[in-house]
Amino acid sequence: MTENQKAARRKKIAHVIMWIVLLALFICFIFPFILVVLNVFKTKGDITTDPLALIGAHGFTLENFPKAMEKMNFLTVFGNSLLITSCSTVLTIVVSSMMAFVIVRNGRWKLCTLMFSLMIASMVIPFQVLMVPLVSVYGTVLNSRITLILMHVGFSVSMAVFMFHGSIKTNIPLELEEAATIDGCNRWQTYWRVVFPLLKPTIATVGIINAMAYWNDYLLPSLLLKQKALYTIPIATQAFYGTYSTDIGLIMAALLLAMLPILVLYVFLQKYIVEGVTSGAVKG
Amino acid sequence: MKQNKLSYKIQQYLLFAGPGTVLFFAVVMVPFVYGLYLTFTSWDGVSATKPFVGFDNFVQAFTDGDYWLALGRTAIYSVFAVVLINVVAFALAYLVTQGIKGQNFFRAGFFVPNLIGGIVLGYVWKFVFNRAFVAIFSATSLLATTEGAMFCLIMVSVWQYAGYMMLIYVAGFMSVSKDVREAAKIDGCTSSQAMRNVTIPLMRSSFVQCIFLSITRCFVVYDVNLSLTNGEPYNSSVMAAMHVYNQAFTYKNYGLGQAEAVILFLVCAIVGVTQVLIGKRGEVEA
Repeated sequence: MTENQKAARRKKIAHVIMWIVLLALFICFIFPFILVVLNVFKTKGDITTDPLALIGAHGFTLENFPKAMEKMNFLTVFGNSLLITSCSTVLTIVVSSMMAFVIVRNGRWKLCTLMFSLMIASMVIPFQVLMVPLVSVYGTVLNSRITLILMHVGFSVSMAVFMFHGSIKTNIPLELEEAATIDGCNRWQTYWRVVFPLLKPTIATVGIINAMAYWNDYLLPSLLLKQKALYTIPIATQAFYGTYSTDIGLIMAALLLAMLPILVLYVFLQKYIVEGVTSGAVKG
Repeated sequence: MKQNKLSYKIQQYLLFAGPGTVLFFAVVMVPFVYGLYLTFTSWDGVSATKPFVGFDNFVQAFTDGDYWLALGRTAIYSVFAVVLINVVAFALAYLVTQGIKGQNFFRAGFFVPNLIGGIVLGYVWKFVFNRAFVAIFSATSLLATTEGAMFCLIMVSVWQYAGYMMLIYVAGFMSVSKDVREAAKIDGCTSSQAMRNVTIPLMRSSFVQCIFLSITRCFVVYDVNLSLTNGEPYNSSVMAAMHVYNQAFTYKNYGLGQAEAVILFLVCAIVGVTQVLIGKRGEVEA
């Protein structure tokens, strides 16, 4: 055997070992999810006697799902989450990309540089510092989806402006806008017809990061939404757990229901989500 | 003419940046400043008057033993969690950038915990710790003991964030060009030497960023804390953010709670910024 063959062989063995290690780690990572899926089809008693069994002694059951869906008010809650997440995400994209545009194109105007620095600095403020004054100032407009949506946008606008700022500065040549102006576009038209469509990759990144954050947000909605009819998935899960913590079969179904929408989405959009999160994290 | 230009500019600003500016101020800047004012009052959350008490809240915060216990606990938790998150994330990133079959699948898989909110994750793990592990090891639940609860919190946080940090480290690995590593090998480096002396120093910015992100997240951990342990047993796993929440919203000491939140923010900001400054100082380029 030549040296090269030996090296190739060593490499192959190393790869096999690494593959096995990865697989083992992967199983550890998804173990909790597997466990939930295993137990969701068992009766309460079977889960208590043996949470690890593949099939419970009383056999396969689907009864946990409809019960949990009904008690959690799943369809309403899911609709709330969907509405709040989509509105907040679209608004965040529109509001912050426009703002970034003005800031970039007036780079030497004091007002813009000041706003931009203020926004960058504000990114270090944790939500815990803002929650008490928020409740104090906006105590009268709680229990409203619109308030929550606007607050979501307000919290993410600085980060989003920062990302759009970088993207417009490096990717959109000024000549393009000048050409649009010569062709008779005003600023508004130039922005929506020329600049905005070119921002697609950043729009995807900002959209994905924020949509995930909104969907999973617990603390802010829990402070704002006190009516059951307005609950989002995380709050409903928490309330449900508090009420039915002994009925473990129902809990399993509720947890699976809470995870399912985003997991299904991930199966289809996995590539975009991973790319979006990576570019968002690396730029931020 | 000049006047016209300025008014045109302002008009443009309001048109494009007006909504963003208003929302940003309404939700971040006004509450932030107002929050600083609240720390000097003893507001109970209901009454219209907010009696001015000067520095009383800060004095009270400094003598609030539970708060400092929670803060110390948070520091210990953060140290373990940050180190482990980054070690695990770096190892995962290394393994999924070796050109192994199905590495994209693994990358996607390790990221899954990040998709799901802390509340749901906490309950899923509570089930695992309270039922499954009890059945496997036939022991009492880890969550029932003080050290055990802490261990569980750290473990869940590592599991939750490792996949996310892995993505940043993967981007870091990709940014170190193959040429540099090959050059090191030709100069006689072994793989591990090339890793230690070439790749890792060039990835310094990834480390700075991941450590910053994990510190700032760990310091204000709340969701998982609430759903996994809820401060149990005997309030021994109450982290700083939960203490602040309880102080303000459960015990209705809004001023004191806000003062404690501001202290938490300062601690978090000082640690984070120091880390970034130290990290940036030693950055090198290829």
